[in-house]
Amino acid sequence: MSQVDLVEAERAAVAKPSPLWTLGLFRSEFVTTLRRWRTLALLGVLAAVPILVGIAVKIETEDGSTAGQQGGGGEGPAFMAQITNNGLFLVFTALAATLPFFLPMAVGVIAGDAVAGEANAGTLRYLLVAPAGRTRLLLAKYATTVAFCLLATLVVAVSALAVGALLFPLGDLTTISGTRISLADGLVRALLIALVVAASLLGVAALGLFVSTLTNSGIAAMATTVGLLTTVQILDQIPQLHAIQPYLFSHYWLSFADLMRDPVYWDELRKNLGLQALYVAVFGSAAWARFTAKDITA
Amino acid sequence: MDDDAAEAAPEAAGADDTTDTVIHTRALTKRYRGGQLAVDGLDLAVPAGSVFGFLGPNGSGKTTTIRMLMGLIEPTSGTARVLGRPMPHASRAVLPHVGALIEGPALYGFLSGRDNLLRYDAADPTADPRTRRARVAEALERVGLTAAAGKKAKAYSLGMKQRLGLAAALLQPRRLLVLDEPTNGLDPQGMREIRVLVRELAADGTTVFLSSHLLDEIEQVCTHAAVMARGRLLTQGPVADLAARARGRLVVTTPDTADAARVLKEQGIGDVVVSEDRVTGEPGDRELADLNTALVTAGVRVRGFGVERASLEDAFVALTGEGFDVAG
Repeated sequence: MSQVDLVEAERAAVAKPSPLWTLGLFRSEFVTTLRRWRTLALLGVLAAVPILVGIAVKIETEDGSTAGQQGGGGEGPAFMAQITNNGLFLVFTALAATLPFFLPMAVGVIAGDAVAGEANAGTLRYLLVAPAGRTRLLLAKYATTVAFCLLATLVVAVSALAVGALLFPLGDLTTISGTRISLADGLVRALLIALVVAASLLGVAALGLFVSTLTNSGIAAMATTVGLLTTVQILDQIPQLHAIQPYLFSHYWLSFADLMRDPVYWDELRKNLGLQALYVAVFGSAAWARFTAKDITA
Repeated sequence: MDDDAAEAAPEAAGADDTTDTVIHTRALTKRYRGGQLAVDGLDLAVPAGSVFGFLGPNGSGKTTTIRMLMGLIEPTSGTARVLGRPMPHASRAVLPHVGALIEGPALYGFLSGRDNLLRYDAADPTADPRTRRARVAEALERVGLTAAAGKKAKAYSLGMKQRLGLAAALLQPRRLLVLDEPTNGLDPQGMREIRVLVRELAADGTTVFLSSHLLDEIEQVCTHAAVMARGRLLTQGPVADLAARARGRLVVTTPDTADAARVLKEQGIGDVVVSEDRVTGEPGDRELADLNTALVTAGVRVRGFGVERASLEDAFVALTGEGFDVAG
């Protein structure tokens, strides 16, 4: 074999790895995340919320009254009043109840821990010398967080659907606009709503991942992300700050209810998705810039 | 096989410094943000096929150097080449050929030993998923962890964790192994096993870069060594040369110690010390045979005569003028 042949042989050997192999990292990442007790506990809490709401509504309405309208002024989450008529509304109620805090908190914990937790445990350096590649690892981490957003939302929705079907009648339902739609149509809308709710969490996911690249302490990153989440929610409630409110990632979250109008009112939904995309672009880039230039000393 | 031949060929052909060295740094410097100079103008050359001992007290810059070599830390200035490619720029091409154990093992406590290795292997985009389970099993076998492979890593002892870390470095055939304090936490039996493993790997042609603060460990397995202190490289070269640089001591064993000491002093031997039945001194440039003749003609009954080989520790003390355990 001549020198040239050898070089050619080497090229062939180097070119051999299949591009599909790179997906193995995402799969490993996702499975590893799901095998943490913390993740399972978060999903357990999310699954419990619809159960609690369902049971509470059932108990409260046993005398034939309507939920959310008893005892004067106690205003529950959206769609609460409709649950007794149709169990499907428990899905919407549960998503409306978990979206402001439980869901983003769970996402914040997963995203905040993504890089910082590995740095804290020292496993980050071994992933990087494997070599996972910094951009590839960060993408796998974000993809995993996005998958978790979807999974967490579906856990709430499926749990709510099961509890709703168990405790309440199912059937045709009335939209916010007053029109009647079939149960099948209602289920499609429920799925759409779940997807929109999951997409609403993408901004928090990107923010959490960025915070995660800033520190070597998983706990600090999780606490910071959840703290930011709470702060933003408070800022969104202060009327004097209306000028900045359209830029807060949580501002259009409850717009998912517009999917229950007939016809669907897209304006705020579009604003919500656009805002999430903006957060993903800004904090995703920031996380990338930070992580690819970072000295890994942990 | 073809792959190995192709990569080895240009190295064998090249007489140039950079092609037959596996690690080559030039004026490699790292200053941390606090202003602390961790590594200062390091020129390191690790020959291919060597077992290279990287010595220095804790805090001398060994780990920072290793992290720069592995692309985890960006050098402040200077260059580092590993397997002939610049780091950290060529990380993704170089690191699949490098197995590393850096500052002790790091594991996912909630995963089994086997699952830890599967995860690290999945992180390598050049690792074939079809052979993954077989390679993991082989690596576990090699470090003697097969029986404990299904146990959660958090239940492992320090020694078992260390072995699992080593197994992660052995998931693929490597051209270079970087082992930072590989025998930490191991019992004497475990240490011996690691030494045997290192020798086996070296016999297969893998270059082993071994950092340690244990001098006898380096002396037992390494062909080459470098000594660092306070961020600077004090010396590097074949272990035999390093030890030879610290001159050995002349040792005479005799019942007539007083006479022997007098004769040796007359012969111009410096620093003569008598202890029990031994007389020792600095031989200087004197011909040893002449010294022996002088002793015997003076009627000194000699039981033993010779120069005690200097250990690497003597070399280290000679280099730094201080004990090894004094941190820089």
